[in-house]
Amino acid sequence: MLTCEAINTFYGPAHVLFDVDVKVGEGDMVCLIGRNGVGKSTCLKSIMGIAPVTTGQIRLDGTEISALPPYRIARAGIGYVPEDRRVFADLTVEENLEVAERHDGPWNRKAVYELFPALQEFRARRGGLLSGGQQQMLTIARTLVGNPRLLLIDEPTEGLSPLVVRTLEDMIRGLKAKGQTMLLAAQDLRFSLSVADVIYVLDRGRVAYCGDRAQASADIERIRPILSV
Amino acid sequence: MMDEILIQALSGLSRGMVLFVVASGLTLIFGTMRIANFAHGSFYMLAAFLTYSVATMVGDRTWGFLAALCLAPPIVAGVGALIEWGLLKRIATRPHQYQLILTYAITLIVADGIKMLWGSDYRTVARPAGLDGAITILDMPFPTYNAMLILVGVLIAVGLHLLLTRTRFGKTIRAAVADGEMIGALGVNVQRLFTGVFALGAGLAGLGGVLAAPVGSVSLGIDSSIIIESFAVIIIGGVGNVMGALIGAVLIGVVHAVGILFVPKLAIAFVFIALCAVLLIRPQGLLGRNT
Repeated sequence: MLTCEAINTFYGPAHVLFDVDVKVGEGDMVCLIGRNGVGKSTCLKSIMGIAPVTTGQIRLDGTEISALPPYRIARAGIGYVPEDRRVFADLTVEENLEVAERHDGPWNRKAVYELFPALQEFRARRGGLLSGGQQQMLTIARTLVGNPRLLLIDEPTEGLSPLVVRTLEDMIRGLKAKGQTMLLAAQDLRFSLSVADVIYVLDRGRVAYCGDRAQASADIERIRPILSV
Repeated sequence: MMDEILIQALSGLSRGMVLFVVASGLTLIFGTMRIANFAHGSFYMLAAFLTYSVATMVGDRTWGFLAALCLAPPIVAGVGALIEWGLLKRIATRPHQYQLILTYAITLIVADGIKMLWGSDYRTVARPAGLDGAITILDMPFPTYNAMLILVGVLIAVGLHLLLTRTRFGKTIRAAVADGEMIGALGVNVQRLFTGVFALGAGLAGLGGVLAAPVGSVSLGIDSSIIIESFAVIIIGGVGNVMGALIGAVLIGVVHAVGILFVPKLAIAFVFIALCAVLLIRPQGLLGRNT
């Protein structure tokens, strides 16, 4: 579904991604893991067009998308859940969902309220007044109502309580079971090894390891050192 | 004495309402696009001159004013959309000072354009029949036109509130005020939204220009006086917040009008004293949020 070929991304003069290749197949759950600051977020932002690539190609179902503005990439079928959540603080939960809703798939407000009953309870509350966990649920729900074919999720469990982390992990497993294609950036090897079809390990802006789950489980002694500081 | 203060306050309120209509457009533009649009006063002035021309062409003062009310704001909104699409969009990624310089350049161009087309004489626009008299409040006369301004201001405030809270366009504007990049990543064409917001803001400035034409003077220079007050309004009210602009505009109008009664020499200063007080005590504005 998605093919990134030799992408290089810069923030001003800083070279962040070096010839990164990432492939996500239809229905796959792909995890992008690595320490802080190795370029996981940048990789997702580059796919989304928020941090456009300088060189390299990004194709969605064969169509080159790397030169498109983010809104066209979103309309082409990619949904993005940023790591810093970025709920619209002044808008209610309901309004946050409404502005992102796109009626061309199974997801709508009703469906995400079933997925996250807590959001339904607080539907009239302003996004800025929610707890961190609720904001994370809202960000995911907000992206889902856009009915993306490919879902990019950036460190969804970062800084949340263990209980919320479990809820989110179960939700991600549920999405996978429903056949949602996902590219997930995470620091957590344990969770990635339990759900991912394919694992990419990034190190200082380069792909340091790539393999399917069985391979990665076998190669765990090779992966661990890359993740340790 | 109380009656006098009340009438004066009402008079300030009507002036504040015109200011609100203009400033609400400025605050929408500033909040959504982060552009301090100096040309906003030019839209106001352009609409005032258009009102004069339309009224003169139509002849009848009532129909003339109504025609101007229907024509000038959309024309100015169109000019605004063209300016956004043709100029501002092109430099959207450059540092803010370029946009400041560009909008300032537009004020000079518009001012000179108006001077070429209309000359530099003072113009007056007659109040429509039925609104040129006075109503009696507490045994004191109060101009009917000013009473109408208060009513129109309230209607515009309600209308904008409904637009921003009940329509998808309005909710998307509020989302863009909070995080323009994020709303883009959710599939909203932010460029087109910006053009729409700029046109809406310019149209509001135009509406203010039409409403002010029969009470103020239609002359060169009204662009800079309104823009200074409008910036004061949106700083007091909180940038991007339309209800804040309403409070700020009413505050400025009333403080100015009542201030004149007691310390005529300091009347203008009161506005800026209020502005400084807000900046010192609540820098994000009365209804603004910490960002």
